[in-house]
Amino acid sequence: MDMRTPLGRVRGLGTAKEGVEHWWMQRLTSIALVPLVIWFVFQIVDLAGADHASFQFWLGHHTNALLMVLLVVALFHHAQLGLQVVIEDYVHHEGVKLGAIVAVKFLAIVCATSSVLAVLRLAFSL
Amino acid sequence: MVEFSLPANSRVRTGKTFKAPAGATRIKKFAIYRYDPDSGETPRLDTFEVDLDKCGPMVLDALIKIKNEVDTTLAFRRSCREGVCGSCAFNIDGTNTLACTKPIDEIKGDARIYPLPHMPVIKDLVPDLSVPYAQYASIKPWLQADTPPPSKERLQSPEEREKLDGMWECILCFCCQTSCPSYWWNGDRYLGPAVLLQAYRWIADSRDEQTGDRLDYVQDPYRLYRCHTIMNCTNTCPKGLNPGRAIAEIKKAEVERR
Repeated sequence: MDMRTPLGRVRGLGTAKEGVEHWWMQRLTSIALVPLVIWFVFQIVDLAGADHASFQFWLGHHTNALLMVLLVVALFHHAQLGLQVVIEDYVHHEGVKLGAIVAVKFLAIVCATSSVLAVLRLAFSL
Repeated sequence: MVEFSLPANSRVRTGKTFKAPAGATRIKKFAIYRYDPDSGETPRLDTFEVDLDKCGPMVLDALIKIKNEVDTTLAFRRSCREGVCGSCAFNIDGTNTLACTKPIDEIKGDARIYPLPHMPVIKDLVPDLSVPYAQYASIKPWLQADTPPPSKERLQSPEEREKLDGMWECILCFCCQTSCPSYWWNGDRYLGPAVLLQAYRWIADSRDEQTGDRLDYVQDPYRLYRCHTIMNCTNTCPKGLNPGRAIAEIKKAEVERR
């Protein structure tokens, strides 16, 4: 039973004094993703039906490989920031919330790293 | 941890119907949420037929008429009847607003009146607002300055004073606060639009000397950053204010001082 005063409950553990970095990174990644995603869509439409060799040739181009890596990093960073907010909004059990956030962050790192490796393998034709 | 059924009191029964007196020609039905914790019964929706020819133009006029003439047990807050005190905030016709400034003829069909959403209900249309009040107190809504007070007023230029426009008009009716889905889900930690508008009212005040402490207090993933610019607050404000913009200004200030 919670016998604290409303003010005591509202003040709770105090301010985390953070959140601005999270908010700012979400804006920065979204700004970066606007041109990157437009570029990506155009490229993929262009490459529709292309064989493996054409893809390899396309990724062998320095600019294409660079933009692909930037896209992947910005995308997964942005995604995990956003999913963290969704989890914080809707999951109210502290343990489950923490577990879900850790899982999302780890998954994002695995996906991003794996995608970067795939791009590099193709780019350097390993 | 997981609740598969809604609490019993979330189900609203159909209640009594009070017919208009014989001879009434312009009849409007008011469906009003009723809940009495002492009765042990779940909430119900009572229907009151009101003769508009014998009623004032606003929703509050109808509520007062019902309480005076039909059912004296109907509980609601009201005071100034002119949109200044913020007492008679209800969910009217699906939107949070003040009963005293909402004309009855703006409502098509039956007028449905519920208490402000997602707050514990004390009785009928009276919600328990002790948490929002405590949140308001927690932002220290008063002028804080270390400089000894001058012998006259604390001066402010017309431009500095202008920055408070759109904020001093807030009457703390909590229409915006209780319209915000983020506040519904995380109202225990998120300060909510009304309180953040007030927080910014003091952050923007050129006479206040605790701007940094105020920004510290709200910089928190829950207290401030639960705002996802849903903008229900700005849509619902019966005074035409813009809490969404005030919250955006706080976020900008947090970035600016990094």
